Amino acid sequence: MRTTKVPGENNKHRVLMYALSTCGWCKRAKRLLRDNSIEYEYIDVDLCSMEDRERIRRDILSRGGRLSYPTIIVDDTILITSFQEDRIREALEI
Amino acid sequence: MTTLQKVRQRAESDARSRGYYLNPDLQFLENLLEGLKQNEERYDYPSCPCRISSGTFEVDRDIICPCDYRDADVEEYGYCYCALYVRKDVSEGKTPIRPIPERRPREKQERAYAVSAETSTEKLAERTAAFVDKPSEAKMKMWYCKQCGYVCFREEPPYICPICKAKREMFDEIRLKADTRDVA
Ligand code: SF4
Repeated sequence: MRTTKVPGENNKHRVLMYALSTCGWCKRAKRLLRDNSIEYEYIDVDLCSMEDRERIRRDILSRGGRLSYPTIIVDDTILITSFQEDRIREALEI
Repeated sequence: MTTLQKVRQRAESDARSRGYYLNPDLQFLENLLEGLKQNEERYDYPSCPCRISSGTFEVDRDIICPCDYRDADVEEYGYCYCALYVRKDVSEGKTPIRPIPERRPREKQERAYAVSAETSTEKLAERTAAFVDKPSEAKMKMWYCKQCGYVCFREEPPYICPICKAKREMFDEIRLKADTRDVA
């Protein structure tokens, strides 16, 4: 699965975002991370291969998430559904 | 090819006709309109920018903007799932805009993935036909609004009547003697 890595000074946490390229909330989430210099990886699920899309669906559901975007996974343990700014800030300590 | 201008005009006139407003955050609004335009170019119909489309019209029909869930969401939360269409109090900044839960049933979301996964296999035509056409057509029914007489043909009645805003309970099924599959 090919993710895009966005470099940032703050790499305290490993952050993966499943996003949609067309979605307003996903753009908000990406901007929040960028504004706080967070290093993160993302994949636009609407643009990836069908196989990857299916893999992502299984990954989200196996972690107890929902098929809503953005879905943000912090340190492979915390899953945040939708742009819940408070929860994202808390998980990333920003 | 559609233009951003056309997408904007369509959304504006739709909002006006329903007494809604567009998101007052101009950058956020611009992103959504751009997303709608991209989806229209990609799929030939403007499916919801904040949901994943299957690319199959039949499967995505309920999330073509304005989606089937908009009116219920605007009524309950003040804005739609994407926050493109908002209520007056929200447009005036009196109610904050935060993400709301997905109203689209899980099985419909899953169908989008299942159908897209099928496109990568050789069985596409046969499986899509089995998946999409037969079950959904068999489930298609005629509904009418007891308040204003609006009639539609779909699996379930709308959450809210698009004409008179009556609730779902006001809809009744029209039972035809002929097999409804012939109507389609
Ligand atoms: S949630 Fe809003 S923007 Fe998305 S399809 Fe529905 S009405 Fe359109």
